[in-house]
Amino acid sequence: MENFYLESTPKTPRLSFNNDNGIFEISGRSIPENSIEFYKPLLDWLDQYVKEPKKETLLIVKLEYFNTSSSKCLVEIFRKLEKAQKDSKQIAIKWYYDEEDEDMQESGEDFKEIIKIPIEMLVLKEEE
Amino acid sequence: MLDIHDYYHKMQNKDIVLAYKGNVSGDLFNCILQLAENKLDKIELSPKLKKKVFNILVEILQNIYHHFDEIQVDSEEYQTILFMLTREGEGGYNIVTGNHVAADKVAGLKKRIDDINAMSTEELKSVYRERLNNGDVSEKGGAGLGIIDIVRKSGDKLVYDFKSVNTNYSFFSLQVRVSA
Repeated sequence: MENFYLESTPKTPRLSFNNDNGIFEISGRSIPENSIEFYKPLLDWLDQYVKEPKKETLLIVKLEYFNTSSSKCLVEIFRKLEKAQKDSKQIAIKWYYDEEDEDMQESGEDFKEIIKIPIEMLVLKEEE
Repeated sequence: MLDIHDYYHKMQNKDIVLAYKGNVSGDLFNCILQLAENKLDKIELSPKLKKKVFNILVEILQNIYHHFDEIQVDSEEYQTILFMLTREGEGGYNIVTGNHVAADKVAGLKKRIDDINAMSTEELKSVYRERLNNGDVSEKGGAGLGIIDIVRKSGDKLVYDFKSVNTNYSFFSLQVRVSA
């Protein structure tokens, strides 16, 4: 199975989903008008991945901005990973936010509340 | 009651960061967003406030965009929107939009905004989470979360008005305050 990689654009994030080591990253901004269209290929890829997930999967989320339709897609992504968790695989999410950015912190808390995967909240350091 | 034209004159003393009146398409929305971001980069020193304003702006404009197909393509006038971003003396911002909506959507939209305006911070949070957890996404990507998100982020109630234009259309004015 191929890795899933997409370069960032002014409105869409960089998606780097590595099938070899189980390290996934979503970074940048996610404000497309049609988020479903944008995330569909990734969601399809994840359907395949969760059939044979790595022993440990880490999803790093480092978003600067995201719109509400992207937040629904993030839920979809997390839900797919929840499935893998049921097969006694380890899944973890690291949610990065700017120290000053209460909104992004709050968003992380929102997901933490509804997603059954451990979400670690981390403050973004300058160099990251 | 908010009269956008009257409002426009009142706002002249204040700092108009960006004003646009015209037709909109996906590309134009992108341009407006880009312009707003460039301007905010130049004038707003607080990254936190800049981010908040931009985030709310995205949500407001995409909200209009997602509901645009409810407007029939029978007249250019009804497809014209007004958008303004102004800076207040105290350092906060005002985002103002005016656009036509189908008359039969007014009652529903009014109720939604009134319901959300009546909610406390805690209620907004729990309704948002509930909808994020269960809600469906429309074909165009609308998640029914936009208005709640705008109110949560701005920390202020939405000020709005509907003015009947004819049997088919009403003019929807919206003002969102983002405090410093």
